[in-house]
Amino acid sequence: MATTYFTEDHEWIRVDGEEAVVGITDHAQEQLGDIVFVELPEAGQKVGKGDAVIVVESVKAASDVYAPVTGEVTAVNDALEGEPGLINDSAQSDGWLMKLRLDDASQLEGLMDEAAYKAMVG
Amino acid sequence: MAKQLPLKELHVAAGARFGPFAGYDMPITYPLGVMKEHLHTREAAGLFDISHMSHIEVRGPQAANLISRACPYDASVQPLRTGRYTYMLNDQGGMIDDLIVSRLGDERFLVVANGACADKDLAHLEQISADFDATVTHIPRVFLALQGPKAAEALAKLIPASGTLVFMQVTELSDGTFLSRSGYTGEDGFEIGLSPDAAEDFAKQLVSDPAVEWIGLGARDSLRIEAGLPLYGQDMDEDTDPATAGLIWAVPKDLRSGGAYVGAQALAEILAGGVSRKRIGLKPEGRAPVRGGSVLFAGEAPDAPEIGIVTSGGFGPSCGHPVAIGRIEKSAGAAGDRIYADVRGKRHACSIEKLPFVEHNYFRGG
Repeated sequence: MATTYFTEDHEWIRVDGEEAVVGITDHAQEQLGDIVFVELPEAGQKVGKGDAVIVVESVKAASDVYAPVTGEVTAVNDALEGEPGLINDSAQSDGWLMKLRLDDASQLEGLMDEAAYKAMVG
Repeated sequence: MAKQLPLKELHVAAGARFGPFAGYDMPITYPLGVMKEHLHTREAAGLFDISHMSHIEVRGPQAANLISRACPYDASVQPLRTGRYTYMLNDQGGMIDDLIVSRLGDERFLVVANGACADKDLAHLEQISADFDATVTHIPRVFLALQGPKAAEALAKLIPASGTLVFMQVTELSDGTFLSRSGYTGEDGFEIGLSPDAAEDFAKQLVSDPAVEWIGLGARDSLRIEAGLPLYGQDMDEDTDPATAGLIWAVPKDLRSGGAYVGAQALAEILAGGVSRKRIGLKPEGRAPVRGGSVLFAGEAPDAPEIGIVTSGGFGPSCGHPVAIGRIEKSAGAAGDRIYADVRGKRHACSIEKLPFVEHNYFRGG
């Protein structure tokens, strides 16, 4: 059973055992506007909690996406290369960014659930 | 505390998202989003609230002399009811601001200045006015731009006389409304200066036309970059001379070697010494936007020489690829050549392109 957590930096992370999928929230894509390019990490890359590992570029500006937890990148969403607008269309499903293998599941404890995130963004 | 636009409530009602620019809380996007706002302007008509821009009237028997001191051109021969792109220089030949100066009468000019420069421009003009029999007055106005291939048709419904203007002609209506056939998108269109009282109804009527949508500053920036138009503060500033910025065309040839305007001597010396950099368009070969501040290199290797800098850049919705404007060493390349932009520590290949990226569609009559 997968559980989805949210960060203050507007990432979501859906965790199933040691595996997790990471993306930006629907609220974040709406704030960014039309996304035209995504710079993704390499599979196999180690990332630390809070590292700026992905850059999402909208027409207006470039924004960093941070790793919500420490782990290893196991896959990235190659579909975004040809169709970065997937993030605008479905930020919390087809517009996912990367998959991680978690190092330390206890890092999830500081993150928000959906209700808390929704309360934060209003 | 940011200043608020007189029509703020209209923008709120239209669903605008606001952000700070030039000291104002400005509409950055509307619910259409930057991409669709941009494309709508190229296909139909976009309405922009650009009231952050400053209107300064110069009036008096020596108004033309004052303008000719402040700006590098001879305002005394400027035809009535025309606008002209120009700028003000400092004593070092750097650019204080770029402007459109319109001649409204024999003794009356309107200076339209960038919002972020409004206070220093006014102070500079007031200082110069001490030498002349002319006054300098800021005019509070709502300033709207209507841009795009359907702009003329939409505006003619409200101001029938607007259709008689051609690019860079201006007029004043009986109620004091200022009207200019000009803009900052590369498209045909108009800029309209209204008294704040009359502006709300006027804007509501315009935007009720199915061809017209509100457009925010986000799309204004991508439109002007595609059109190869410079933005003060990004593409030039007080440390940039107009030749380096690629804007020397705005100075008549006989005033490039000297004149009575502020900065004439410095500009003449700069031109005599030879300018080392030139303005270029850049098309990144990949999908990654290359933005202002990105450093340009001759090659991909880490030791390849640095040759310039990107001054403006982003994604060009009409082009369908990233677009940028930059400056490089004169001998470092020409249109078609490949150079490299540093983006987050990686070298991205870019081809040098002629500006503009999108052809201008100005209405020149006929």
